[in-house]
Amino acid sequence: MNLMQSISQIFSRLTEVPDQENSPFRYKIVRRNVAILMLLITLAPLSLMTIINYYEYRSVLRDEIVRPQRVLVNKAKHSIELFLANRLATVNFIASAYSYDELADESNLNRIFRVLKREFEGFVDLGLIDSAGFQVSYAGPYSLKGKDYSEQSWFENVQVNGAYVSEVFKGYRRFPHIALAVHHLPENGKPWVVRATINTAKLDELIASMGLDAESDAFLVNREGVLQTNSKYYGQALDRCPCIPSVSYEPTVVERVDPRGRSVMVTYCYFPNADFIFMLIKPQAQVMKAWYTLKADLFIVFAISVGLIVAVVLRLTKSMFDKMKEADDKRALALKEMEHSHKLSSIGRLAAGVAHEINNPLAVINEKAGLMKDLIEFTPGFPDKDRFLGPVGAIIGSVERCRTITHRLLGFARRMDVEIQVLDVNDVIKETVGFLEKEALYRNIKLNLNFARELPKIESDRGQLQQVFLNVLNNAFQAMEDGGTVSVATFERDEATIGVTIQDTGHGMSEDTMKHIFEPFFTTKASGKGTGLGLSITYGLVKRLGGDVEVQSKVGKGTRFTVYLPRKHQDSQGS
Amino acid sequence: MGGFKVMLVDDEQEFATTLAERLRMRGMETVTAFDGEQALRALAKDKPDVVILDIMMPGMSGLQVLGKITEIAPGTPVILLTGIGSTTEGIAGMKIGAYDYLMKPLQIEELMDKITAAVKK
Repeated sequence: MNLMQSISQIFSRLTEVPDQENSPFRYKIVRRNVAILMLLITLAPLSLMTIINYYEYRSVLRDEIVRPQRVLVNKAKHSIELFLANRLATVNFIASAYSYDELADESNLNRIFRVLKREFEGFVDLGLIDSAGFQVSYAGPYSLKGKDYSEQSWFENVQVNGAYVSEVFKGYRRFPHIALAVHHLPENGKPWVVRATINTAKLDELIASMGLDAESDAFLVNREGVLQTNSKYYGQALDRCPCIPSVSYEPTVVERVDPRGRSVMVTYCYFPNADFIFMLIKPQAQVMKAWYTLKADLFIVFAISVGLIVAVVLRLTKSMFDKMKEADDKRALALKEMEHSHKLSSIGRLAAGVAHEINNPLAVINEKAGLMKDLIEFTPGFPDKDRFLGPVGAIIGSVERCRTITHRLLGFARRMDVEIQVLDVNDVIKETVGFLEKEALYRNIKLNLNFARELPKIESDRGQLQQVFLNVLNNAFQAMEDGGTVSVATFERDEATIGVTIQDTGHGMSEDTMKHIFEPFFTTKASGKGTGLGLSITYGLVKRLGGDVEVQSKVGKGTRFTVYLPRKHQDSQGS
Repeated sequence: MGGFKVMLVDDEQEFATTLAERLRMRGMETVTAFDGEQALRALAKDKPDVVILDIMMPGMSGLQVLGKITEIAPGTPVILLTGIGSTTEGIAGMKIGAYDYLMKPLQIEELMDKITAAVKK
């Protein structure tokens, strides 16, 4: 339950979209979360499947490999047991079929031994030992007659168990052999023991007949870890083999690291009736070759899948979020523009209202002052005529100034009827510059005109364009000390747009000022000197004509206005 | 110049009376009215040579009054006064029969010229 909860918690955390609209990290966070989520839901099952496959395949393959080894070991062990049992039965038969006296007769025993050797492979010698442990007679290559075995443990063992199979030992001889002894207890008389030895060549033969491959090794070992037959890797018979697995009478498989440092698979089985362990050793590298190939394949497929998934997820989320960000940015920009134009239009309405309201009292002031002027002028011999005329003239002058301001205010607010005609912008600029030539001359301002030849004609409104250029040029003039330079250039921006740049060498603007220059009533001029409407009107006009205004400025270096105008007029820009 | 009877119609009384006084000082005879109804009554009674009519008035607007004047006394020239920038209204007035239009605040010389021209038309 807790696990489920925490998992669902993680998922809800990852799918959550942060609210802060303007956070620059928002897209990053969302993108990261979506990517993590996608990777999680694709890679987790893939990894799980791979892990399951890995273990499933391994266990299946291991079974495949192990089963035949078990069978092989079982079979080999069985053959060895059978061989030993067979030899023991033979010895037992000799002990039972002949009497003590017959066996005690050395020539008799030699005859039996010869038959034995002929019929059964591997017998080395045969001897009779009396109940006191004394070798009564002996047939074989050594002279063991008269030897006393009473002190040896096997002798006691055979007396108790009736039969005995020794482990491999060298004893009095020089090569490994196994002793078989049978205790015979006749119905009347003394018991005796028949003892025969067999060499281990037959065991080696049996092991060789298993048909093992070159890498594998099979051998017998006793519980003390002494090799009973020759081993390919761990020494000759009677050397010590260090790896003794735990007791099991069933063929068992274990994985070990052998003394030579190799990882090996050991299949072994204990003999129930003898002190033997049969062991089959195969190097893991060889046994698991198929598994390693499969494992590598599995890993390659997994790695490629993970790589592809990661690449696709990252690419997908990137393109998705780039698109999303683009759309959001566009929307934000549109909203901002809408807000801006909304602001401009509401300020425009306010301005128009103010202008209308102020106009009437202004007219009254004008008439009153006019009347005063009339009275002064029309009354002959008016005392101090000039002293009165001065202030009255100033009042009328101020009214005139107010009139200009309200006029501009209304000009900003008014919906003007656009009169579209095909015109040459170079001509329009030439005309406009004409208005300012006097001022330029007077203030020693240099006017650089750099017109593009073959500038395409555009569809626009001559009067409004003049207003635009006049406003911008006026601003440029006002931004400069006497003796500056204003450069005007026209150019074809692309097939649909032409551009006009107006650059001054004036005092420039700060970033903060630049943000506000198109807002109505924003002015940097001393109060009373500017209305703050010039550039907002310019902006409104250019927008209405379907164009755009850009401004670049550096404090102390100057300002550059670029006006872009469309070649074709569009009606949708009518307001 | 002078000797014409001018009717001034403007809801701004101070404006109308002051302007009237100035015109009188320039030898005109004046009648003032402060709304449309008063103007129409005075029109019938005083028969002015020229009417100076403000467009922005409460009640009957200047353009409505203009319509009535052209009905009652066709041939009487009407000079409209508009607020600053209201060129469209002035032009609209001229379309329905006004002689010309002027923007407030006025310049007395300009007004005098217009009056003279209107009467002599």
